[in-house]
Amino acid sequence: MNIHEYQAKQIFAKYGVPTPRGIIANTPDEAVANAKELGGNIWVVKAQIHAGGRGLGGGVKLARSLDEVASLADEILGMTLVTHQTGPEGKLVQKVYIEEGADIKDELYLGVVLDRAKEMPVIMASTEGGMAIEDVAHDTPEKIIKVAVDPAIGFQGFHGRELVFGLGITDKAEQAKLISFASKLYKVYMENDAEMIEINPLIKTGSGDFLALDGKMGFDDSALYRHADIEAMRDISEEDADEREAGEYGLSYVSLDGEIGCMVNGAGLAMGTMDTINYMGGTPANFLDVGGKANAQTVAKGFEIILKNPNVKAIFVNIFGGIVRCDRIANGILEATKMVDVHVPVIVRLDGTNAAEAAEILKNANIPNVIAATDLADGAAKAVKAAKGEN
Amino acid sequence: MSILVNKDTKVIVQGFTGSEGTFHAEQCLAYGTKIVGGVTPNKGGETHLGKPVFNTVKDAVAATGATVSMVFVPPAFVADAVMEAADAGIELAVIITEGAPVRDMQMAKAYATKKNMKTIGPNCPGIITAEECKIGIMPGNIFKKGNVGLISKSGTLTYEGANQVCKEGFGITTAVGIGGDPIIGLSYKQLLPLFEADPETEAIVMIGEIGGDLEIQAAAFIKENITKPVVAFIAGQTAPKGKRMGHAGAIVSGGAGTAKEKMDALEAAGVKVVVSPADIGKAVKEVLSK
Repeated sequence: MNIHEYQAKQIFAKYGVPTPRGIIANTPDEAVANAKELGGNIWVVKAQIHAGGRGLGGGVKLARSLDEVASLADEILGMTLVTHQTGPEGKLVQKVYIEEGADIKDELYLGVVLDRAKEMPVIMASTEGGMAIEDVAHDTPEKIIKVAVDPAIGFQGFHGRELVFGLGITDKAEQAKLISFASKLYKVYMENDAEMIEINPLIKTGSGDFLALDGKMGFDDSALYRHADIEAMRDISEEDADEREAGEYGLSYVSLDGEIGCMVNGAGLAMGTMDTINYMGGTPANFLDVGGKANAQTVAKGFEIILKNPNVKAIFVNIFGGIVRCDRIANGILEATKMVDVHVPVIVRLDGTNAAEAAEILKNANIPNVIAATDLADGAAKAVKAAKGEN
Repeated sequence: MSILVNKDTKVIVQGFTGSEGTFHAEQCLAYGTKIVGGVTPNKGGETHLGKPVFNTVKDAVAATGATVSMVFVPPAFVADAVMEAADAGIELAVIITEGAPVRDMQMAKAYATKKNMKTIGPNCPGIITAEECKIGIMPGNIFKKGNVGLISKSGTLTYEGANQVCKEGFGITTAVGIGGDPIIGLSYKQLLPLFEADPETEAIVMIGEIGGDLEIQAAAFIKENITKPVVAFIAGQTAPKGKRMGHAGAIVSGGAGTAKEKMDALEAAGVKVVVSPADIGKAVKEVLSK
C-alpha cells in the first residue's frame, strides 16, 4: 500500500524527521487559509497523487502571494495530472498540499528499501537529488551510496559515518544533522513495516539544515494488520478499481492491454500462461490468479472482472488441479457460466488430478462457446486462434 | 537417493490441529510421510490424527526425535513458530504459510541461520521426495519416482513441470518449492549442489520468475559448479514493470529483475532455457537423451 506525500510527512514528523511545515487542502479557500496560517510570503502548492514526476507534469507550483495560492490551487485541484508514472490516462488531483517555501542550497537523495540479496534494509543516498534514482543507478552507479543495516544491531554510528563521508559532507555540524536524520528515517522504516521510503529531494538549506522536501512511502501489505493508523491512510481512489474488487474476493488481478483474458490458479502458472500466449502470437489481457481453491464463485467473479475489459475476445482458463480435483473445478466452471453471461469463447484446460473425468464433464455439457484443451500448449494455441476469430 | 528428506525423515507439524494443518497433515500421512506428532500450544497431551500433540517444539523433539517441522501457523505468528523450531534444534523448517510480514521473516531467517536450521518458504508448496516423503501441500500423485530434480518459486508451475517430466517417461527425485516472497529460505544456489551430489538426479529443472536476483546468482553458480544438465523457465516475460504479479516478490522494480536478464544469464551459463512452461518436459527429454 502506498500513501500520499502529506501523509508520509505526518509520519516523518512523529519521528522528528525534519520537513517543511505544510497543511493539506481540499479547496482553493482552504489552500489560502492554510497559507495564511503557515505565514511567510512564499508557498508551494503541491498536487497529491500516488505517482512521481508531479513537478514536471505541472502539479507542483510556487506561489508568491495569497492570490496566487488561490489561483494555483484552483488550477491544480481537479486537473488530470499525467506523469511518467501515471500512464497516459493520468490521475485526478483531489487534494493539494500547501507548504512553506524552502531555501534550497543543495539537493540530495535518501531512501530506505529492502535489499533482497543481503536480506536486510539498505539506506541509499546520493548527491544527485531531484533526479530519478533509477537513472542515477544506471548512468552513474558510483554516485549511489548503499549502507545495509542489520536489524539485529540497528542503526549505528558507523552506518551514519559511511553515509556522510560517502556524500562528501565535511562540516561537522552538518554531518551530525544528517546522521540524526538518517537514523530517524531508519526507525520510521522499521517501526511501520515500510516496504520503501524515498526522499527526493532531501534538501540542505542555506543555514545548513536538512529537510525532507518530498516524501514517498510504501508498506508491506502483509503487515498492515498491525498498523491501523497506516491502514486508515489508504486512499482507494488511487487504486485500480478492478484490482481492488478482485482482491476482495481473494483473486489477484492485474489488467494488461491484450485480447486474451486469462484465469489461472497460481501466480507462477498465471505468468507462464501469459508468456505462452505471447509466444504463440497472441496478447494477454490480464494476469489473474484465482488462488488454490478455485470454485464456482471465484471462477464466476473472475469471468465478471475479465469481461469488464472490452478488448477481451477470448478467455483461457488454465487450471492445474492438485489437491482440488479437476472434476470439481469443471463443474465449477459450468456453474459459473450460468452465473455470468460469457459472450466470448472460453478455452478450458484442466490438468492434474482427475483430468480425464473433467474433460468428460465439459464434453457432455456441450456448451457452444466452451472449448476443451488437453494441455497448456494446446489451450494457448486454441485461445490465440479463437481471439483471431478462427476456429 | 534424494535431497534433504526421505522415507525415514521424522516430521512434526506446527499448527497441527488447525484446519489447514489437519487437512494437509492427513494427506502427507496418506502419502507415507513419517509424521511423528505436532505442536499446538495448550493442546499438549492430546492425540490428533493418531499422533501425539505437544505444547512446545522442544517437548515434541525430545519425545519424537523429529528433525523437520512443517509449519502451518497463521502469518502473524509464523516468525515466532520458526524461531521456536530453530531454538529446539529442528534441522529444517518447511514454511507453508502465506502472507508473513517481510520484517518478521527477515528476523526469523537470521535467527534460523544462526542456529544452523535450514528453512524452505514461506508461501511455498513445500518439498517432496517422490514416493517417499511429502512435506507440504502438493498433489503427491503427480510426482513419480525418477531422475530429475526440481526447484521452483511457483507452486502450480512445480506441478506443471513435474507432470510434464513424468508424461515424457521420466520422474522426479526431489522437488522443492522455494516460494516467491522477498525473503525466502533455501534457494537455487543452496539446492543446486545438493542435486549435483545426489547420484540419482541426472538433470535439474529450475523454475524462476521476475523480481530479485536469485536466478542470476544461480546462473553464476551453475557456470562454475554444476555439471548435470539444467532446464530453466522464467515466468513473467510479459509482466509489466512496477506491478506485483501475485507473489510478494514478483515485481520488476527500478528496471531490475526482469525475465529477460535472468534468461540471458542462464543461457550464458549453459542452461537450456525454455520460453514457455509448456516446453519443460520436452526440454528435459532433449537434455537427457544427449
